[in-house]
Amino acid sequence: MEVNDIIKPENLVYHKPALLKDCTMHYCPGCSHSTVHKIVCEVIEEMGATEYAIGVAPVGCAVFAYNYIDVDMSEAAHGRAPAVATAIKRLQPDKLVFTYQGDGDLAAIGTCETIHAANRGENITIIFINNAIYGMTGGQMAPTTLLGQKTATTPYGRRVDLNGYPLAISNLLAQLDGTCFVTRQSVHSPAAVRKAKAAIRKAFENSMARKGTSVVEIIGTCNSGWKLSPVDANNWMEEHMFEKYPIGDLKNV
Amino acid sequence: MAKFKGAVVIDEERCKGCNICVATCPFKVLALQKKEVNNKGYHYAYMENPDACTGCTSCGTVCPDACIEVYRAKID
Repeated sequence: MEVNDIIKPENLVYHKPALLKDCTMHYCPGCSHSTVHKIVCEVIEEMGATEYAIGVAPVGCAVFAYNYIDVDMSEAAHGRAPAVATAIKRLQPDKLVFTYQGDGDLAAIGTCETIHAANRGENITIIFINNAIYGMTGGQMAPTTLLGQKTATTPYGRRVDLNGYPLAISNLLAQLDGTCFVTRQSVHSPAAVRKAKAAIRKAFENSMARKGTSVVEIIGTCNSGWKLSPVDANNWMEEHMFEKYPIGDLKNV
Repeated sequence: MAKFKGAVVIDEERCKGCNICVATCPFKVLALQKKEVNNKGYHYAYMENPDACTGCTSCGTVCPDACIEVYRAKID
């Protein structure tokens, strides 16, 4: 059987989700953000939620998320996405409201909004991409940066006496009574992508069932910030990131 | 057991040559172009060894830029 005999519409088994716009994303080659954008689009499509999904984009690398995901999107001030999502969900309780935030946005400047939105048990989904670095501004240290990790502002590695410990914010959020589902996933392999997709689907369903706040943390790579090739960055993440941030459900009520 | 044969179509202009699909493919079907580049200057992925493809969708699943379409047909 020749390749041309296989490439027919009836044999199509995997394609770009229609909700992901055709324009090229600005992300660096191999960035986890693009993979997560893709699976968010796939989940919304599979749920048939295109008409009633509303996303809130963060400040950071994913600031242009509204240019790529073809649903209603809003942009929030730095770190304030959970507050904006709270307002949207309270005014329009039948909509599927999610925020999409990086670690600088959610775990640094937006810690207050994140913890209080989760503590109030707002019926929103927080998708949190943790790549342990400030990617957009040039690879500075983030609260989630691992001990010993070299960044632009910790050129000799992060030190406890100077910079403190890495912040596992999902573990904090799992302690709160307002959250119903807190999970940590990654997107470095086909199996991991499928699991992350299932977790996002569950989180979206929880928020529509008004169970409370769902948090899906996705451990991602920032190969430009880490100064590695995309494939090496995936391997580095498996070796080092999963030790501090183990994959799995932290809370599932 | 039924056997499957697959093929992929790569959106060459969308591909950024990140090499993740090449590293992920369990049958070593894909490779990056060695000399050819797309309009953005990236060495895009192509099917170097199309006979080995089973249409498992691993490459499409991990592709960050969603530039891979996967086709799969049953061989009688």
